[in-house]
Amino acid sequence: MLSEYIFWFLSFVAVFSAAGMIFSKNPVYSVLSLIVTFFAVAGHYFLLGAQFLAAVHIIVYAGAIMVLFLYVIMMLNLNKLEEEKKSLYIKSLSFFAGGVLMLVLIAVVRRTEELQTIQPAVYNADMGLTQHLGKVLYKEFLVPFELASVLFLSAMVGAVYLSKKELA
Amino acid sequence: MALTNRSKQVAVRELTFMERLYLPAIIKGMMITLSHIFKRTPTVKYPDQIREMAPVYRGQHVLKRDEAGAERCTACGLCAVACPAEAITMESAERKKGEENLYREEKYARIYEINMLRCIFCGLCEEACPKEAIFLTDRIVPSSFTRGEEIFGKDLLVEAMNERIDVSKRQRPEVLEFKKDKRHLHNLTYQDARPKTTAHH
Amino acid sequence: MDSMLIYKALLTVGVFAVSLGIAAYLTWGERKLAAILQDRVGPDRAGPFGLLQPLADGVKMLMKEEMIPTKANKWLFIFGPSFFMLTACMTGAVIPWGSGITVDGVVYPLQVTDINIGLLYLLGVVSIGVYGIMIGGWSSNNKYSLLGALRASSQMISYEVAMGLALIALTMITGTLSLGEISKQQDAGLANVVYQPLGFLIFIICAFAETNRAPFDLPESESELVGGYHTEYSSMKLGFFLFAEYINMFISSAVMATLYFGGYNFPFQHELGLEGNTLAIIQTSVLFIKIAIFIFVFMWVRWTLPRFRYDQLMNLGWKVLLPLAIANIFITGIVMWAMGKLN
Repeated sequence: MLSEYIFWFLSFVAVFSAAGMIFSKNPVYSVLSLIVTFFAVAGHYFLLGAQFLAAVHIIVYAGAIMVLFLYVIMMLNLNKLEEEKKSLYIKSLSFFAGGVLMLVLIAVVRRTEELQTIQPAVYNADMGLTQHLGKVLYKEFLVPFELASVLFLSAMVGAVYLSKKELA
Repeated sequence: MALTNRSKQVAVRELTFMERLYLPAIIKGMMITLSHIFKRTPTVKYPDQIREMAPVYRGQHVLKRDEAGAERCTACGLCAVACPAEAITMESAERKKGEENLYREEKYARIYEINMLRCIFCGLCEEACPKEAIFLTDRIVPSSFTRGEEIFGKDLLVEAMNERIDVSKRQRPEVLEFKKDKRHLHNLTYQDARPKTTAHH
Repeated sequence: MDSMLIYKALLTVGVFAVSLGIAAYLTWGERKLAAILQDRVGPDRAGPFGLLQPLADGVKMLMKEEMIPTKANKWLFIFGPSFFMLTACMTGAVIPWGSGITVDGVVYPLQVTDINIGLLYLLGVVSIGVYGIMIGGWSSNNKYSLLGALRASSQMISYEVAMGLALIALTMITGTLSLGEISKQQDAGLANVVYQPLGFLIFIICAFAETNRAPFDLPESESELVGGYHTEYSSMKLGFFLFAEYINMFISSAVMATLYFGGYNFPFQHELGLEGNTLAIIQTSVLFIKIAIFIFVFMWVRWTLPRFRYDQLMNLGWKVLLPLAIANIFITGIVMWAMGKLN
C-alpha cells in the first residue's frame, strides 16, 4: 500500500519535472529539473528491487553527467538568447526522429500488460542485487558487455580526436 | 661583480624518481609541523599577564620632583636641543617669592610640552638633563583619537605628589657616574666640545 | 518491529546530533590545532581553553545580517547551502558505529541502515554533494563564486573516478558492498589496509579532494577567489557551507576508519574476556578514536601543505591517481588469482 503511494508520488514528480525541463526558459532550471527526474526514476528502480541500478543511475547520471551539463551551461552567456532559424529540412528530420522514438515507446507501453503476466513465475526478489547482476553480466552476457565497453572506448577516442584541433 | 661569496650557482635539474614521488617530501614537511606541537608557545596573554619590562625601557616621560616636592626642571632647554625629533617645547618663567616649595630653581618651565607623535623615545633628553628632571619610564603612552591629545603638557608629564614615580632603577651607579663625566657633550660648552685639531703637517 | 522502527528513528536523530556536535567542535579543534602547529595560543577567551567558542561562533553566525544580492537567484541561493548541508548529513546513515547493543535479547544495531549497496550509496551521496556548491556559486551572480563553483565541480568529478576505482579493488577483496559486512569481515581477519595500502593512499587523497580541504581547497581559495563559491554568502547560510565541510570531514574519516582500518574492531578484542554490551561500548569508542586520528591528519595536512595549482590538481587526478587505481585493481586481481581466491 505504502509502496503504491510512493510509486504515484515518484511518477508525479518524474512527469512534472520532465515537463519542467522542457518548458523552462532558463537552461539551468532545465538541467535541475532533469536531475529531479533522474532522482524520481532512481526511486522507481529502487521500488522494483533494482538497488544497484538505482545507485549507479544516481552516481553516473545525476552525479557526473549532469554536473558536466551544468558546468557547461553555467559558462554560457545567458544574456544572449538568439535562436538560430532552423531550416525545414532539419525540422522535418527532428520530427521524424521524435516520431520514431514515440512509436517505440508506445509499442513498449502496449506490451507492459503481457510482460506483467509473465513476471511472478520467474520473479526473483534478489535479482536486482549487485551480486546477481554481476554474475549475469560477466557469465551470460560477457561478450555483449565487453563489446559495449569497446564501443565506449571508441567514442572516447573519437572525442579526444575531435578536441585536438591541429589533428582534425 | 660579486660583493659576497655567499651567492650560489643554481641550475634547473631533472628531479629524481624519489623527488617526483613527492610523498617523502610531504612526510618530511609534516614532520616539521608535527615537531611544533611540542614547542612552547611564546605568546604572552597581555591583559591577563603583563610582560616584565626591562629596567631601562624607554616609555612615557616623567618630570621629576625633588624630595621636598618641588619641580626639578629649570627650563634650560638642553633636552629640547638634544631632541633629534624636535618633540619638546618649553617656555620659562621666573620663580616668584613664596613659590620656593613649588620650584627648585629660580627659573622654571611655565609650559613644558612633549609631542608624543614626534617623540622617538631615544632617551637623549634624559641623557642631556643636568638637573635629573626628565626621565623615561616603563609606562606605555596611551593611544588617543585626536592628534591634540598626543601633545602632553605639564599636567600629564609632572609626577603627582602622592604618586611618585620610581626611577631609581634607571639611576644605576654607572649611569650617575656617566652623567658626572664632563667629557660628554651635554656637560660641555660649545668651545670645549669641538674636536681637538692635531698638527698634521 | 514497531520498537525497532522507533529505535531507528532515534538512532537517526542521534547520528545527526552527534555529527553536528562533533562538527561544531571541529571548528574549535581546527583553530586550536592550527595555533599549536604554528606556536600560537588559538581561541582561549570563551570558556576554559576556548571550549565555548563554537557556541559563540554559532550565535554570531545567527545574529549576522542576512544578505541576498539583488541580482542573485533567490531560491537557488537559499537552496545551495541547504542541499550541501543535507548531503553532508546523509552519509552518516550507512556507517556502522558499533557492533550492536543487546537489551532483553533484542539486538539493537548501531547502524541506521545496512543496505547492501552501502558503498554505492556513499559514492552517490558524495557525487550529488557538489550540486550544493555549484548551485550556490552560480546563483550568487558573482564571478568569483562562479569560478569557485566550476572548480569545485571539475575537481569533485575528477577525484570521484579514482575514488570509485580504489573502492572497486576493495570490494574485490571483501566481496560485498555493505559497510556492516565489511566491518564484520575485519573482525575475523586483518584490517583491509594491510591488503590495500595503495588503495588506501588513493582513497585518502581523493577524500581530501572531495571534502575540499587543503591542499585541494581551490574552490574556496581565499587569496585568489575571495572565498570561492561562498563569496556572497553571509549569516547562517555561510555557516552552513563552512559547517558542512566539517561534517564531511568527520564522515569521511569515519568511512576511512570503517573501510580500511577495521571499523569498530580493535586487535585482541575477544581475548579481553568482555561481554556483549561493554565490548560494544568500547568498540564504539575505539571507532571514535580512529576517527579522531583521521581528523587530526586532515587538519595536520591542511596546516602543512600549500595549495595545488589548478593544472597540478588535474594532472594528479587524471594522470597519476587514475592509472594508479587501475594498476591497483590489476595487482589485486593477479594476487587473488595467484592465491586461488577467484572462482
